Amino acid sequence: MHKETHWKHGGIVGVFGYGGGVIGRYSDAPEQFPTIAHFHTLRVNQPASKFYTSRFLRKLCDMWDHRGSGVTNFHGSTGDMILIGTSTDNLEPTFYDLSHQFDMDLGGSGSNLRTPACCMGKARCEYSCLDTQAICYDLTMTYQDELHRPAFPYKFKFKISGCPNDCVAAIARSCTSIIGTWRDNIRIDQKAVQAYIGGEIAPNAGAFSDRDWGTFDIQKEVIDLCPSGCMYMDGNELKIDDRECVRCMHCINVMPNALRPGVDCGATILNGAKAPILEGAQMSTLIIPFIKMEYPYEEFKDFVDLMWDWWMEEGKNRERLGELIQRQGLSHYIVDILGREPIPQHVREPRSNPYPFWKEEEVPGGWKRDLADFRARHLA
Amino acid sequence: MAADIEELKKKILDFMAKKSKFKPKMYFKDLCKADENAKLREIKKAASALVQEEKVEYWSSGSTTLYSLKGASAKETATFHEEEKE
Repeated sequence: MHKETHWKHGGIVGVFGYGGGVIGRYSDAPEQFPTIAHFHTLRVNQPASKFYTSRFLRKLCDMWDHRGSGVTNFHGSTGDMILIGTSTDNLEPTFYDLSHQFDMDLGGSGSNLRTPACCMGKARCEYSCLDTQAICYDLTMTYQDELHRPAFPYKFKFKISGCPNDCVAAIARSCTSIIGTWRDNIRIDQKAVQAYIGGEIAPNAGAFSDRDWGTFDIQKEVIDLCPSGCMYMDGNELKIDDRECVRCMHCINVMPNALRPGVDCGATILNGAKAPILEGAQMSTLIIPFIKMEYPYEEFKDFVDLMWDWWMEEGKNRERLGELIQRQGLSHYIVDILGREPIPQHVREPRSNPYPFWKEEEVPGGWKRDLADFRARHLA
Repeated sequence: MAADIEELKKKILDFMAKKSKFKPKMYFKDLCKADENAKLREIKKAASALVQEEKVEYWSSGSTTLYSLKGASAKETATFHEEEKE
């Protein structure tokens, strides 16, 4: 067995005027296998949060049986519906059907903005601090040109999660992660806290009921696991020092009836995640700790303009935004490009002050000294 | 000052014709060298117009997109993959 592939990827295939959405695939043995001489893939922009009716899916499959191989992938890593396998002459008819019968568009591929993706957001999730679908739709419509007509150095991804649980893994997979958060206090229902302690409500919404894990221990299972140690019991009351909360969501996930995110909601913006092609995998790094993300998202879009202008100007061919930040420096990006004040949360290392500060009583002789005596031994 | 789009389109076509002899497929950043004084967004607008006019076409590997003069990239398919391996 020679272990050689007979597929060649890439090509000039596409629908008229679009630079993305179609990934060409050809066989290098077309005479032997004429029915799969072409086997192009189409990426179809999924509806926000991937909500469909079964009628829609049946109709889409019927169309794809007719126009292509009938093979699909729901969903690709970017979130698109992937229609796998058709010939060049079927691309335009498929696109016509998608746009005219389904009100669907192609997604992003190549050096484009990729199809923005979001979690279910407020549609089904009580934790969501953002209307993720509204943001996803607005970004998709605002940046149509960037989605379909490639001019970036490489791919670019937006992903939107409604809360720090980050169900679309925006922090691990997107050049710009928009993650819902709050800047006031976690809402506490003390009666519900007592109900959890008393065993009347199952922790983690009953997710770990497969075996007997014993009675719920709030100290062991919640308070001691708080990464910033900002929770404690004051008698029968659960207290949280919200200034120290790092939004890990653990306490809220364990006791969703008792604890809820605050009401002054917005998003944290991070930049630069990517998969391990160059320099290894990289998580997004914090850029804007809090932004309100209210329609029409002007503040966010102003930030996007600055980010893209810099990346398009300075990014090398096939260099992701995260790699450019790494190459030119986070401080340069934050201060010179975005014009933002650096803050301690931008610093990865060290996260505690590395300098020792002495108190007067700790220093022999205190702060007072004889300057003439000192100068006799040390030149100015 | 905003560049005249027709003038920019001509510069891009001239640049691509010249460069095409050595390298049929080029990155967007290469096209920007057609007029160093033009803004990136103006170059993009002009390049997109040339695609609409079917004078220029996209070539996509799936992860990266390149531009070529209509018909030029069909003759040359291996270069990108060779570059990708480097």
